[in-house]
Amino acid sequence: MYQFTIEPLFGSAGWQLAGYNIAFTNSALWMLITAVLLWMFMIGGMKRELVPGRWQMAVESFTGFIDGMLEANIGKAGRKYLPYIFSLFMFILFANLLGLMPFGVVGIHPFTFTSHFTVTGVLALMSFSIVLIVGFAKHGLKFFTLFVPHGTPWPMIPVIFPIELVSFLVRPFSLALRLFVAMMAGHLLLKVLSSFVIDGGNAGLVWGGVVALPAFVLMVGISALEILVAGIQAYVFALLSSLYIADAENLH
Amino acid sequence: MPQIAQLAETFSSQFFWLVIFFGLVYLVVGRTMLPQVMSTVDRRDSQISSDLLAAKTARDEAEAQEAEWRQRENANREQARSLIGQAKAAAAAANEAKLAEAQLAIDSRLAAAEQDIAAARGSALAEIEFVAAEAAQDIVARLTGTTVPEESAREAVKQVMSHG
Repeated sequence: MYQFTIEPLFGSAGWQLAGYNIAFTNSALWMLITAVLLWMFMIGGMKRELVPGRWQMAVESFTGFIDGMLEANIGKAGRKYLPYIFSLFMFILFANLLGLMPFGVVGIHPFTFTSHFTVTGVLALMSFSIVLIVGFAKHGLKFFTLFVPHGTPWPMIPVIFPIELVSFLVRPFSLALRLFVAMMAGHLLLKVLSSFVIDGGNAGLVWGGVVALPAFVLMVGISALEILVAGIQAYVFALLSSLYIADAENLH
Repeated sequence: MPQIAQLAETFSSQFFWLVIFFGLVYLVVGRTMLPQVMSTVDRRDSQISSDLLAAKTARDEAEAQEAEWRQRENANREQARSLIGQAKAAAAAANEAKLAEAQLAIDSRLAAAEQDIAAARGSALAEIEFVAAEAAQDIVARLTGTTVPEESAREAVKQVMSHG
Protein backbone atom coordinates (compact mmCIF):
# COMPACT_ATOMS: atom_id res chain seq x y z
CA MET A 1 0.00 0.00 0.00
CA TYR A 2 3.00 2.23 0.43
CA GLN A 3 3.14 2.82 -3.31
CA PHE A 4 -0.16 4.70 -3.12
CA THR A 5 0.94 6.99 -0.31
CA ILE A 6 1.04 10.68 -1.08
CA GLU A 7 3.97 12.60 0.33
CA PRO A 8 4.76 16.27 0.05
CA LEU A 9 8.04 16.95 -1.71
CA PHE A 10 10.68 19.64 -1.40
CA GLY A 11 9.33 20.79 1.98
CA SER A 12 6.13 22.04 0.40
CA ALA A 13 3.88 20.43 3.01
CA GLY A 14 2.80 23.78 4.32
CA TRP A 15 1.87 25.45 1.03
CA GLN A 16 -1.56 27.02 1.29
CA LEU A 17 -3.93 28.67 -1.12
CA ALA A 18 -7.01 30.38 0.32
CA GLY A 19 -6.75 28.16 3.37
CA TYR A 20 -6.42 24.94 1.40
CA ASN A 21 -3.31 22.83 1.39
CA ILE A 22 -1.66 22.70 -2.03
CA ALA A 23 1.51 20.82 -1.16
CA PHE A 24 3.53 19.75 -4.21
CA THR A 25 3.32 16.00 -3.65
CA ASN A 26 4.79 13.01 -5.44
CA SER A 27 1.39 12.74 -7.14
CA ALA A 28 1.75 16.28 -8.47
CA LEU A 29 5.31 15.51 -9.56
CA TRP A 30 4.15 12.57 -11.66
CA MET A 31 1.37 14.68 -13.12
CA LEU A 32 4.06 17.13 -14.13
CA ILE A 33 6.22 14.35 -15.63
CA THR A 34 3.19 12.99 -17.50
CA ALA A 35 2.38 16.41 -18.89
CA VAL A 36 5.98 17.06 -19.94
CA LEU A 37 6.35 13.65 -21.58
CA LEU A 38 3.07 14.13 -23.41
CA TRP A 39 4.25 17.53 -24.56
CA MET A 40 7.54 16.03 -25.78
CA PHE A 41 5.65 13.27 -27.55
CA MET A 42 3.48 15.81 -29.31
CA ILE A 43 6.50 17.86 -30.40
CA GLY A 44 7.45 14.94 -32.63
CA GLY A 45 4.11 15.34 -34.39
CA MET A 46 4.68 19.03 -35.06
CA LYS A 47 7.05 18.63 -38.00
CA ARG A 48 3.99 19.02 -40.22
CA GLU A 49 5.56 17.17 -43.10
CA LEU A 50 3.41 16.03 -45.96
CA VAL A 51 5.11 12.64 -45.87
CA PRO A 52 5.33 11.87 -42.15
CA GLY A 53 8.29 10.31 -40.41
CA ARG A 54 7.86 7.56 -37.83
CA TRP A 55 7.29 9.80 -34.84
CA GLN A 56 4.92 12.09 -36.67
CA MET A 57 3.13 8.98 -37.89
CA ALA A 58 2.78 7.75 -34.29
CA VAL A 59 1.33 11.07 -33.12
CA GLU A 60 -1.01 11.23 -36.08
CA SER A 61 -2.20 7.69 -35.50
CA PHE A 62 -3.18 8.65 -31.93
CA THR A 63 -4.99 11.80 -33.05
CA GLY A 64 -6.60 9.90 -35.91
CA PHE A 65 -7.69 7.16 -33.49
CA ILE A 66 -9.48 9.60 -31.17
CA ASP A 67 -10.82 11.61 -34.10
CA GLY A 68 -12.27 8.46 -35.64
CA MET A 69 -13.80 7.43 -32.33
CA LEU A 70 -15.45 10.83 -31.89
CA GLU A 71 -16.71 10.84 -35.46
CA ALA A 72 -18.18 7.36 -35.04
CA ASN A 73 -19.90 8.18 -31.73
CA ILE A 74 -20.90 11.83 -32.05
CA GLY A 75 -20.74 12.51 -35.77
CA LYS A 76 -19.49 15.61 -37.52
CA ALA A 77 -19.99 17.70 -34.36
CA GLY A 78 -17.46 15.45 -32.59
CA ARG A 79 -14.52 17.46 -33.93
CA LYS A 80 -15.00 20.23 -31.39
CA TYR A 81 -14.58 17.82 -28.47
CA LEU A 82 -11.37 16.44 -29.92
CA PRO A 83 -9.01 18.65 -27.84
CA TYR A 84 -10.65 17.60 -24.56
CA ILE A 85 -11.07 13.89 -25.32
CA PHE A 86 -7.59 13.66 -26.81
CA SER A 87 -5.99 15.39 -23.82
CA LEU A 88 -7.96 13.14 -21.48
CA PHE A 89 -7.01 9.95 -23.30
CA MET A 90 -3.33 10.78 -23.66
CA PHE A 91 -3.01 12.11 -20.09
CA ILE A 92 -4.55 8.96 -18.61
CA LEU A 93 -2.66 6.68 -20.98
CA PHE A 94 0.71 8.24 -20.19
CA ALA A 95 -0.05 8.26 -16.47
CA ASN A 96 -1.07 4.59 -16.48
CA LEU A 97 1.97 3.51 -18.48
CA LEU A 98 4.39 5.66 -16.46
CA GLY A 99 3.10 4.09 -13.25
CA LEU A 100 3.98 0.66 -14.61
CA MET A 101 7.53 1.53 -15.59
CA PRO A 102 10.16 -0.30 -13.53
CA PHE A 103 11.86 2.88 -12.36
CA GLY A 104 12.09 1.27 -8.91
CA VAL A 105 15.15 -0.60 -10.22
CA VAL A 106 17.07 2.68 -10.24
CA GLY A 107 15.58 3.88 -6.96
CA ILE A 108 12.83 6.14 -8.31
CA HIS A 109 9.37 5.20 -7.13
CA PRO A 110 6.79 5.74 -9.82
CA PHE A 111 3.46 6.99 -8.58
CA THR A 112 0.31 6.17 -10.49
CA PHE A 113 -1.95 9.11 -9.80
CA THR A 114 -4.77 7.45 -11.73
CA SER A 115 -4.98 4.94 -8.88
CA HIS A 116 -6.43 7.73 -6.70
CA PHE A 117 -10.13 8.31 -6.92
CA THR A 118 -9.62 11.94 -6.04
CA VAL A 119 -7.88 12.31 -9.39
CA THR A 120 -10.11 10.04 -11.47
CA GLY A 121 -13.13 11.59 -9.77
CA VAL A 122 -12.10 15.09 -10.82
CA LEU A 123 -11.52 13.90 -14.38
CA ALA A 124 -14.89 12.12 -14.42
CA LEU A 125 -16.64 15.20 -13.02
CA MET A 126 -15.05 17.27 -15.79
CA SER A 127 -16.52 14.95 -18.42
CA PHE A 128 -19.84 14.91 -16.64
CA SER A 129 -20.02 18.68 -16.37
CA ILE A 130 -19.24 18.98 -20.08
CA VAL A 131 -22.18 16.63 -20.70
CA LEU A 132 -24.45 18.76 -18.53
CA ILE A 133 -23.29 22.07 -19.98
CA VAL A 134 -23.55 20.87 -23.59
CA GLY A 135 -26.88 19.17 -22.96
CA PHE A 136 -28.59 22.10 -21.30
CA ALA A 137 -27.02 24.71 -23.57
CA LYS A 138 -28.03 22.87 -26.69
CA HIS A 139 -31.43 21.47 -25.77
CA GLY A 140 -32.52 23.44 -22.70
CA LEU A 141 -35.16 21.63 -20.69
CA LYS A 142 -35.68 19.20 -23.57
CA PHE A 143 -32.47 17.61 -22.29
CA PHE A 144 -34.67 15.80 -19.75
CA THR A 145 -36.22 13.78 -22.60
CA LEU A 146 -32.90 11.90 -22.50
CA PHE A 147 -34.36 10.07 -19.50
CA VAL A 148 -37.44 8.93 -21.41
CA PRO A 149 -36.31 6.56 -24.16
CA HIS A 150 -38.17 6.61 -27.44
CA GLY A 151 -41.28 4.48 -27.55
CA THR A 152 -41.81 4.38 -23.79
CA PRO A 153 -45.55 3.83 -23.09
CA TRP A 154 -46.77 6.87 -21.12
CA PRO A 155 -47.85 4.90 -18.03
CA MET A 156 -44.27 3.71 -17.72
CA ILE A 157 -42.77 7.20 -17.79
CA PRO A 158 -43.01 7.84 -14.01
CA VAL A 159 -41.12 4.59 -13.44
CA ILE A 160 -38.62 4.83 -16.28
CA PHE A 161 -37.71 8.47 -15.63
CA PRO A 162 -36.21 7.99 -12.15
CA ILE A 163 -34.38 4.86 -13.23
CA GLU A 164 -32.82 6.61 -16.20
CA LEU A 165 -32.06 9.66 -14.06
CA VAL A 166 -30.25 7.57 -11.48
CA SER A 167 -28.30 5.67 -14.12
CA PHE A 168 -27.34 9.03 -15.62
CA LEU A 169 -26.23 10.44 -12.28
CA VAL A 170 -24.19 7.34 -11.50
CA ARG A 171 -22.13 7.79 -14.65
CA PRO A 172 -19.37 9.99 -13.18
CA PHE A 173 -18.93 7.59 -10.26
CA SER A 174 -18.71 4.52 -12.46
CA LEU A 175 -16.33 6.39 -14.76
CA ALA A 176 -14.06 7.40 -11.89
CA LEU A 177 -14.24 4.12 -9.98
CA ARG A 178 -13.56 1.95 -13.04
CA LEU A 179 -10.22 3.60 -13.76
CA PHE A 180 -9.19 3.86 -10.11
CA VAL A 181 -10.08 0.24 -9.32
CA ALA A 182 -8.43 -1.15 -12.43
CA MET A 183 -5.18 0.67 -11.79
CA MET A 184 -5.08 -0.05 -8.07
CA ALA A 185 -6.00 -3.71 -8.47
CA GLY A 186 -3.31 -4.21 -11.09
CA HIS A 187 -0.63 -2.59 -8.97
CA LEU A 188 -1.71 -4.52 -5.88
CA LEU A 189 -1.64 -7.79 -7.80
CA LEU A 190 1.88 -7.08 -9.02
CA LYS A 191 2.86 -6.09 -5.48
CA VAL A 192 1.48 -9.32 -4.00
CA LEU A 193 3.15 -11.45 -6.65
CA SER A 194 6.47 -9.67 -6.19
CA SER A 195 6.29 -10.26 -2.44
CA PHE A 196 5.73 -13.96 -3.21
CA VAL A 197 8.83 -13.92 -5.39
CA ILE A 198 10.98 -12.16 -2.81
CA ASP A 199 9.78 -14.02 0.31
CA GLY A 200 9.70 -17.38 -1.49
CA GLY A 201 13.17 -16.80 -2.86
CA ASN A 202 14.47 -15.95 0.61
CA ALA A 203 12.87 -19.07 2.14
CA GLY A 204 15.27 -21.42 0.39
CA LEU A 205 15.57 -23.54 -2.71
CA VAL A 206 12.39 -25.60 -2.22
CA TRP A 207 10.04 -22.67 -1.58
CA GLY A 208 11.85 -20.72 -4.23
CA GLY A 209 11.11 -23.41 -6.79
CA VAL A 210 7.54 -24.04 -5.67
CA VAL A 211 6.39 -20.48 -5.02
CA ALA A 212 8.85 -17.89 -6.25
CA LEU A 213 9.46 -19.24 -9.73
CA PRO A 214 5.81 -19.74 -10.76
CA ALA A 215 4.93 -16.39 -9.19
CA PHE A 216 7.68 -14.76 -11.20
CA VAL A 217 6.45 -16.33 -14.43
CA LEU A 218 2.92 -15.25 -13.59
CA MET A 219 4.18 -11.77 -12.82
CA VAL A 220 5.74 -11.45 -16.25
CA GLY A 221 2.39 -12.34 -17.80
CA ILE A 222 0.42 -10.05 -15.48
CA SER A 223 2.80 -7.19 -16.26
CA ALA A 224 2.04 -7.58 -19.96
CA LEU A 225 -1.64 -7.72 -19.09
CA GLU A 226 -1.33 -4.55 -16.99
CA ILE A 227 0.21 -2.68 -19.93
CA LEU A 228 -2.82 -3.76 -21.94
CA VAL A 229 -5.14 -2.68 -19.13
CA ALA A 230 -3.39 0.70 -18.96
CA GLY A 231 -4.27 1.30 -22.61
CA ILE A 232 -7.75 -0.17 -22.36
CA GLN A 233 -8.72 1.87 -19.29
CA ALA A 234 -7.56 5.09 -20.94
CA TYR A 235 -9.54 4.11 -24.01
CA VAL A 236 -12.62 3.19 -21.98
CA PHE A 237 -12.51 6.48 -20.11
CA ALA A 238 -12.27 8.45 -23.36
CA LEU A 239 -14.84 6.25 -25.10
CA LEU A 240 -17.43 6.55 -22.32
CA SER A 241 -16.83 10.30 -22.05
CA SER A 242 -17.44 10.63 -25.78
CA LEU A 243 -20.55 8.42 -25.56
CA TYR A 244 -21.97 10.56 -22.77
CA ILE A 245 -21.19 13.71 -24.75
CA ALA A 246 -22.86 12.08 -27.76
CA ASP A 247 -25.99 11.62 -25.64
CA ALA A 248 -25.94 15.30 -24.74
CA GLU A 249 -25.21 16.32 -28.31
CA ASN A 250 -27.79 14.18 -30.07
CA LEU A 251 -30.33 13.23 -27.35
CA HIS A 252 -30.34 9.56 -28.45
CA MET B 1 -5.67 2.30 1.81
CA PRO B 2 -3.94 5.67 1.45
CA GLN B 3 -6.57 6.81 -1.02
CA ILE B 4 -9.10 6.90 1.80
CA ALA B 5 -6.80 7.40 4.77
CA GLN B 6 -5.21 10.50 3.24
CA LEU B 7 -8.37 11.77 1.56
CA ALA B 8 -8.99 14.77 3.80
CA GLU B 9 -5.41 16.01 3.95
CA THR B 10 -4.52 15.51 0.27
CA PHE B 11 -7.74 16.22 -1.59
CA SER B 12 -7.15 19.93 -2.06
CA SER B 13 -3.59 19.50 -3.31
CA GLN B 14 -4.58 16.65 -5.63
CA PHE B 15 -7.40 18.74 -7.03
CA PHE B 16 -5.25 21.84 -7.37
CA TRP B 17 -2.32 20.20 -9.15
CA LEU B 18 -4.54 18.06 -11.36
CA VAL B 19 -6.41 21.15 -12.53
CA ILE B 20 -3.11 22.92 -13.14
CA PHE B 21 -1.41 20.12 -15.07
CA PHE B 22 -4.44 18.77 -16.89
CA GLY B 23 -5.38 22.34 -17.74
CA LEU B 24 -1.87 22.88 -19.13
CA VAL B 25 -2.13 19.66 -21.13
CA TYR B 26 -5.52 20.70 -22.43
CA LEU B 27 -4.36 24.19 -23.41
CA VAL B 28 -0.93 23.31 -24.81
CA VAL B 29 -1.49 19.84 -26.22
CA GLY B 30 -5.21 19.82 -26.93
CA ARG B 31 -5.80 23.42 -27.96
CA THR B 32 -2.48 24.38 -29.54
CA MET B 33 -0.61 21.35 -30.83
CA LEU B 34 -3.49 19.05 -31.73
CA PRO B 35 -5.17 21.42 -34.24
CA GLN B 36 -1.84 21.75 -36.06
CA VAL B 37 -1.44 17.99 -36.22
CA MET B 38 -5.02 17.64 -37.42
CA SER B 39 -4.56 20.38 -40.00
CA THR B 40 -1.48 18.55 -41.30
CA VAL B 41 -3.50 15.36 -41.57
CA ASP B 42 -6.37 17.18 -43.25
CA ARG B 43 -4.01 18.91 -45.64
CA ARG B 44 -2.48 15.58 -46.58
CA ASP B 45 -5.91 13.99 -47.00
CA SER B 46 -7.11 16.82 -49.21
CA GLN B 47 -3.86 16.70 -51.17
CA ILE B 48 -4.27 12.97 -51.74
CA SER B 49 -7.90 13.27 -52.75
CA SER B 50 -7.17 16.20 -55.09
CA ASP B 51 -4.28 14.27 -56.63
CA LEU B 52 -6.55 11.29 -57.13
CA LEU B 53 -9.19 13.53 -58.65
CA ALA B 54 -6.63 15.09 -61.01
CA ALA B 55 -5.40 11.66 -62.03
CA LYS B 56 -8.95 10.53 -62.65
CA THR B 57 -9.82 13.54 -64.81
CA ALA B 58 -6.56 13.12 -66.74
CA ARG B 59 -7.41 9.48 -67.38
CA ASP B 60 -10.93 10.35 -68.47
CA GLU B 61 -9.60 13.00 -70.81
CA ALA B 62 -7.07 10.59 -72.28
CA GLU B 63 -9.80 8.03 -72.82
CA ALA B 64 -12.03 10.61 -74.50
CA GLN B 65 -9.16 11.69 -76.72
CA GLU B 66 -8.43 8.12 -77.63
CA ALA B 67 -12.05 7.49 -78.53
CA GLU B 68 -12.07 10.63 -80.64
CA TRP B 69 -8.82 9.62 -82.31
CA ARG B 70 -10.25 6.18 -83.03
CA GLN B 71 -13.33 7.70 -84.58
CA ARG B 72 -11.23 10.00 -86.71
CA GLU B 73 -8.97 7.14 -87.66
CA ASN B 74 -11.94 5.00 -88.69
CA ALA B 75 -13.36 7.84 -90.78
CA ASN B 76 -9.97 8.35 -92.44
CA ARG B 77 -9.71 4.66 -93.19
CA GLU B 78 -13.19 4.61 -94.63
CA GLN B 79 -12.39 7.60 -96.77
CA ALA B 80 -9.16 6.04 -98.00
CA ARG B 81 -11.02 2.85 -98.84
CA SER B 82 -13.61 4.72 -100.89
CA LEU B 83 -10.83 6.70 -102.62
CA ILE B 84 -9.09 3.47 -103.56
CA GLY B 85 -12.38 2.03 -104.84
CA GLN B 86 -12.99 5.10 -106.95
CA ALA B 87 -9.49 5.02 -108.37
CA LYS B 88 -9.85 1.32 -109.10
CA ALA B 89 -13.14 1.87 -110.93
CA ALA B 90 -11.71 4.81 -112.89
CA ALA B 91 -8.62 2.84 -113.87
CA ALA B 92 -10.74 -0.11 -114.98
CA ALA B 93 -12.95 2.13 -117.08
CA ALA B 94 -9.94 3.82 -118.71
CA ASN B 95 -8.38 0.42 -119.42
CA GLU B 96 -11.55 -0.80 -121.03
CA ALA B 97 -11.79 2.28 -123.23
CA LYS B 98 -8.17 1.97 -124.30
CA LEU B 99 -8.59 -1.74 -125.02
CA ALA B 100 -11.67 -1.07 -127.11
CA GLU B 101 -9.84 1.64 -129.04
CA ALA B 102 -6.87 -0.63 -129.66
CA GLN B 103 -9.19 -3.44 -130.69
CA LEU B 104 -10.86 -1.07 -133.18
CA ALA B 105 -7.50 -0.03 -134.68
CA ILE B 106 -6.36 -3.66 -134.89
CA ASP B 107 -9.64 -4.66 -136.53
CA SER B 108 -9.38 -1.92 -139.16
CA ARG B 109 -5.76 -2.82 -139.91
CA LEU B 110 -6.69 -6.49 -140.18
CA ALA B 111 -9.45 -5.65 -142.61
CA ALA B 112 -7.04 -3.49 -144.70
CA ALA B 113 -4.43 -6.24 -144.65
CA GLU B 114 -7.00 -8.82 -145.71
CA GLN B 115 -8.07 -6.56 -148.56
CA ASP B 116 -4.42 -6.14 -149.57
CA ILE B 117 -3.91 -9.90 -149.45
CA ALA B 118 -7.03 -10.50 -151.54
CA ALA B 119 -5.90 -7.89 -154.10
CA ALA B 120 -2.40 -9.35 -154.17
CA ARG B 121 -3.85 -12.79 -154.65
CA GLY B 122 -6.02 -11.51 -157.54
CA SER B 123 -3.12 -9.82 -159.28
CA ALA B 124 -0.90 -12.84 -158.62
CA LEU B 125 -3.51 -15.13 -160.27
CA ALA B 126 -3.69 -12.79 -163.25
CA GLU B 127 0.11 -12.80 -163.44
CA ILE B 128 0.20 -16.60 -163.24
CA GLU B 129 -2.39 -16.78 -166.07
CA PHE B 130 -0.32 -14.47 -168.26
CA VAL B 131 2.92 -16.26 -167.46
CA ALA B 132 1.28 -19.66 -167.99
CA ALA B 133 -0.15 -18.56 -171.35
CA GLU B 134 3.25 -17.32 -172.47
CA ALA B 135 4.81 -20.55 -171.26
CA ALA B 136 2.16 -22.58 -173.08
CA GLN B 137 2.83 -20.59 -176.30
CA ASP B 138 6.55 -21.27 -175.91
CA ILE B 139 6.00 -25.00 -175.15
CA VAL B 140 3.71 -25.35 -178.21
CA ALA B 141 6.20 -23.44 -180.41
CA ARG B 142 9.09 -25.62 -179.30
CA LEU B 143 7.23 -28.89 -179.55
CA THR B 144 5.34 -28.28 -182.76
CA GLY B 145 7.05 -25.34 -184.30
CA THR B 146 3.74 -23.63 -184.83
CA THR B 147 2.72 -20.47 -183.19
CA VAL B 148 -0.48 -20.38 -181.27
CA PRO B 149 -2.27 -17.06 -181.08
CA GLU B 150 -2.19 -15.47 -177.67
CA GLU B 151 -5.95 -15.54 -177.32
CA SER B 152 -6.26 -19.34 -177.76
CA ALA B 153 -3.34 -20.03 -175.36
CA ARG B 154 -4.96 -17.84 -172.78
CA GLU B 155 -8.27 -19.60 -173.35
CA ALA B 156 -6.60 -22.99 -172.82
CA VAL B 157 -4.82 -21.85 -169.65
CA LYS B 158 -8.11 -20.45 -168.30
CA GLN B 159 -9.81 -23.79 -168.97
CA VAL B 160 -7.06 -25.76 -167.18
CA MET B 161 -6.92 -23.39 -164.23
CA SER B 162 -10.66 -23.38 -163.81
CA HIS B 163 -10.58 -27.23 -163.79
CA GLY B 164 -8.02 -27.00 -161.08
